Amino acid sequence: MPTKVIALTGNQAAAEAMRQINFDVAAVYPISPQTELMGFFAEYVANGEVDTDMVAVEGEHSAMAACIGAAAAGARVITASAGPGIAYMVENLYIASGMRLPIVLIDVNRALSAPLSIHCDHADSMLTRDSSWISIFSENAQEAYHNLIMSVKIAEKAMFPVIVNYDGYIVSHSIENVEVLDDETVRNFVGPSGIHRIPYPLLDVSKPVTYGATAQPDYYTECKYQQHVDFLKVYDIFREVAQEFESISGKYYDFIEEYMTDDAEYIGISMGSSFGTLKDAVNALRAQGRKVGAIKIRLYRPFPVKEVARALSNAKGVAVFDRADSFDGIGGPLFKDVASAVFHNQNRPLIHNFIYGLGGREIHEEEFMRAFDRVERLEKGVESRDYLVEYLQVRA
Amino acid sequence: MAKKVTIQILADLAQEREERYHSHNPLAPGHRMCIGCGIPPIVNEVLLAIDKPVVVSTATGCLEVTTGVYPYTAWNTPWIHVNFQSAAAVIGGVEAAYNVLKKKGLIGEDIEFVAFGGDGGTYDIGFQALSAAVERGHNFLYVCYNNEGYQNTGYQKSSATPIGAYTKTTPVGSAKVGKQEPRKDLTMIMAAHGIPYVAQASPHIYRDLTRKVKKALTFKGPKFINVLQPCTLSWRFAPEDTMRLAKLAVETRYWPVYEVIHGKYWKVNIKPKRPKPIEEYIAAQPRWKHVLKYPEIVERIQKEVDDKWNHLLALEEMSKALAEKEGIDYEALFANPEDNKESQ
Ligand SMILES: Cc1ncc(C[n+]2csc(CCOP(=O)(O)OP(=O)(O)O)c2C)c(N)n1
Ligand code: SF4
Repeated sequence: MPTKVIALTGNQAAAEAMRQINFDVAAVYPISPQTELMGFFAEYVANGEVDTDMVAVEGEHSAMAACIGAAAAGARVITASAGPGIAYMVENLYIASGMRLPIVLIDVNRALSAPLSIHCDHADSMLTRDSSWISIFSENAQEAYHNLIMSVKIAEKAMFPVIVNYDGYIVSHSIENVEVLDDETVRNFVGPSGIHRIPYPLLDVSKPVTYGATAQPDYYTECKYQQHVDFLKVYDIFREVAQEFESISGKYYDFIEEYMTDDAEYIGISMGSSFGTLKDAVNALRAQGRKVGAIKIRLYRPFPVKEVARALSNAKGVAVFDRADSFDGIGGPLFKDVASAVFHNQNRPLIHNFIYGLGGREIHEEEFMRAFDRVERLEKGVESRDYLVEYLQVRA
Repeated sequence: MAKKVTIQILADLAQEREERYHSHNPLAPGHRMCIGCGIPPIVNEVLLAIDKPVVVSTATGCLEVTTGVYPYTAWNTPWIHVNFQSAAAVIGGVEAAYNVLKKKGLIGEDIEFVAFGGDGGTYDIGFQALSAAVERGHNFLYVCYNNEGYQNTGYQKSSATPIGAYTKTTPVGSAKVGKQEPRKDLTMIMAAHGIPYVAQASPHIYRDLTRKVKKALTFKGPKFINVLQPCTLSWRFAPEDTMRLAKLAVETRYWPVYEVIHGKYWKVNIKPKRPKPIEEYIAAQPRWKHVLKYPEIVERIQKEVDDKWNHLLALEEMSKALAEKEGIDYEALFANPEDNKESQ
């Protein structure tokens, strides 16, 4: 496993993975905080370090449309966007997955307008949660780099597109030490390009195929059912690829990451960059003798239902931290996912939802600790609640 | 120039078309377009004019919903439809993929790329994608089948709909008579992009359309052809009159048939010696003929037609003069590509 450690920002790490993968087509449109990533990659293109054709389109809707065309043609495709760019793409995201195209989309997570904010939260990614894109969240630059390399293979094995998320600015623009694999290892891992990686390439003109037919009520359901059945196969495919990746990197990435959950009575759950802070909160509370733990969701779609149910099987109380609000009177998207996962557990824990980190608001250990306190008091009946969801950070 | 008798050229072309259609058949029969729809002849004329394998992308609209109804397809050529507004972006992506894979030696064939869109998918919602794809210089031919409205959704106005025409969003009422605004001149706008080749054509002169497609493909880069397409269902004429309507549009100068090279050199291909009055074309269409009761609207329409026509002729004259100044043979610019082949 030849690796070297270099100091990279999240965007630099992602650009490095893109360079090493040396894919075929990148149809992209700039938006903060993704701009920098594409700038780095454009330099690789300009210097002939990659064979990629970078198609600088006029908007994200066309970016995804061109990616769909290129992927259906038989090319290996990666693009990137954020916030409003993801929102603008949504129509085409459903088309990409409906056509079963192995496109990789980097979502440098950014809030949605209004008010306009270029900073991080997960509202953009939540627009994609029902789109049958595989969705992976990265905690830091290292994971962004690793997830990106794995995602190419996951997409092509599953024949579903993949979103690799990492937090805007917090990860994209912060420097950390990243273990980088050598080029050859990465290229061998993802394998060569070529139209016959996928079953029905448009560019195989000897076997003409039709992409994007109309389906009437007599067939639409069957098309969606096939998509449904195959999407469930992603769990096994993800693990297979993760194991293979472990053999080249020494790192094994499971659907979720557990921290001190074995004997934990109260467990906090989050995704993305906040997990480090959440672990700090757990450490601080453990120092006070409290039995707490934390879970990070890495594979967000398909949702690791069984793993979450098992990890919470002995918990008394659960704090779910959502970096996006659903504005539906129930709670954030992750909250509903976790609640569904534990619904059939024998010992169902009390679950409470906290909205945090919107539009780039920093999150601190003390705030997470406060949330643990609140859940414990709710669970013990010392406090009551009007709603299942509350904001963790609001100015007085 | 080949000196063949016109009738012989026509007969040869018809036979070649017939043979190619049966061996090649890019759009198979059995699709679900209306009887008398002008789209199938346009698509066939375009695709039969191309000798190489073709990948086609299509915008949402009548052509798309009638040709790929799962689990059937009428397409005998690789075909992709993504959505209403993306036909040009999609074909750009396919072409980008082709270029990279070809450069890597992973694809052998020479392939052409064609996108079809209705006027809604081209003039309106797909305009941004088209303008940008063309600016990026992808090597493809975009063909707009222009039936002057959103037919697939039951006939609403588009920016190609003419003054006074009835549509479901521009009804004929006591305060407003049909559409108020003149047609957007998309062909001019495309020419202003300075791309290698832009043309207007009509399906009833299939020789001209075939020639234009062949001519277009002699250029590398983006090409655009706008083809008027009478729609039996919404324009409300008898299915057997499709080509008659197309012919009237050209004979009244309502739909000038012309081509533009590099956005600089203009040639009007057909100049009706005695143009028919616009009323004749309008009267043939129940969607539009109510305007005949309003002389001021007919006058507006006629003026629009005349102004455009005179503008085109002026552009033609200007470009002849320009070519002369540049020492370029104007006639050779517009030569039939087949003639070039013969003389080589
Ligand atoms: C984003 C989006 N908006 C609206 C529609 C609905 N729609 C489908 S086809 C169509 C009209 C198509 O008109 P045109 O491009 O002129 O093609 P035609 O139907 O005449 O073939 C509309 C409005 C759609 N499919 N997608
Ligand atoms: S509605 Fe008009 S354009 Fe559509 S298929 Fe029928 S005739 Fe053709």
